[in-house]
Amino acid sequence: MDTVESLPIVSPILRASGLRMRYGQGSGIVHALDGVDLDVATGETVAVMGASGSGKSTLLHLLGGLERPSAGEVWLAGRRIDGLGETALARLRRTAIGFVFQAFHLMDELTAAENVELPALLAGQSPRAARRRAAELLERVGLSHRAEHLPSALSGGERQRVAIARALSNEPLVVLADEPTGNLDSAATLDVLRLLDSLRTAGQTLVIVTHDARVAATADRLISMRDGGFVEETRLTHGSTGRLGELAGLEG
Amino acid sequence: MSQAVGVSSKEPSDGYQLRVVREVLLALLAKEASHGYQLRARLQLALGPLAEALNAGQVYVTLTRLEKAGLVTAERVGQTDRPDRKVYELTAAGRERVMEWLDDTSWPKPAPAEFHLKLVAAAAAGLGDPGRLVDTQRHAVLAGLAAAQRAALAEPADSTAGLLLEGVVLRLQADLHWLEACARYWTPRKDR
Repeated sequence: MDTVESLPIVSPILRASGLRMRYGQGSGIVHALDGVDLDVATGETVAVMGASGSGKSTLLHLLGGLERPSAGEVWLAGRRIDGLGETALARLRRTAIGFVFQAFHLMDELTAAENVELPALLAGQSPRAARRRAAELLERVGLSHRAEHLPSALSGGERQRVAIARALSNEPLVVLADEPTGNLDSAATLDVLRLLDSLRTAGQTLVIVTHDARVAATADRLISMRDGGFVEETRLTHGSTGRLGELAGLEG
Repeated sequence: MSQAVGVSSKEPSDGYQLRVVREVLLALLAKEASHGYQLRARLQLALGPLAEALNAGQVYVTLTRLEKAGLVTAERVGQTDRPDRKVYELTAAGRERVMEWLDDTSWPKPAPAEFHLKLVAAAAAGLGDPGRLVDTQRHAVLAGLAAAQRAALAEPADSTAGLLLEGVVLRLQADLHWLEACARYWTPRKDR
């Protein structure tokens, strides 16, 4: 069946191998993704950076089952998902993957709380359980006091925090975020940064596509893309503040 | 900036040596006479997590030198059950040095020139792919930004050291913007 609850937790939780994506045909063919391999460990935050057209958003769409690859495989929790039927894939997206988009994609007619409840209700939870979960999540993103507001009454940063709470609704195996601060000013960006950092600390598996260096810097691992492929990869985790003195210009 | 006044590299090498440490100590003494450990504590407050790697003995070694140079005077104060400690006070010459430092507008290390020349030379001599050099450099700068940002996020909202860390983050962001421009210039595009 399509439920992911029955799947064993494996590491890597998310795996892509030989991933290719072509659009168009003949001489107009565009290789948006040109043979990408990626393993994301459980609890890991991976940031993918690249100029527009580098293939980073295509990669995220393939990882989340929003599009199907031209070639290659996508595995989630030990199960191959790129060949699943449309219904199974839709169900998987609802229950096992949390999406965060640049443009928030909240339902305008629903309050913040109702937006956050929605995925739990769609996954078959009772209204009471969904409400409780939504209240928890809104508290976690610091927006309990805005629960009854419509999105139009919220700032951009608040809307994105609601969207992040919504993405966490079904305790997804992985959260996929596409330019989560792309529409935000620097103060709102800082709020979202703190939130992403707290998700990482809490062990949420997270893949973030971004061109914002500060967002990328919250990750455990950074990957740069160009022309549909990976060109550079760096582990950003470190316990030492040793280099900071030099960066601050304190050392002489 | 008065780099020449900085401390030589011959001192104890545990931890990093603070640049312009003489000027900083003199400036901290401008308000009132202090013990060495009080000066150290004020430095630690201003630097937060950045003070962890600071050389422990540098403050005391430097105070002794400042005394010899006539920029501070030291008075021994007896303590009942401990060795005497020294209280340092700024002299007129020391105060003058502080004012010179405050008026100095030089700004440390503008970074781009060396890297720019490295790219130009690498491209001209066919030593390496400048685009790859830029990619590697961006990741190195981002690793620094990640360290500074994590330290900044860990500071309380009104922290003095947090302000310094924010400065480090913003400067590295500016470096990254420039490196993006370098990438656009030096990276051949497949589709153009």
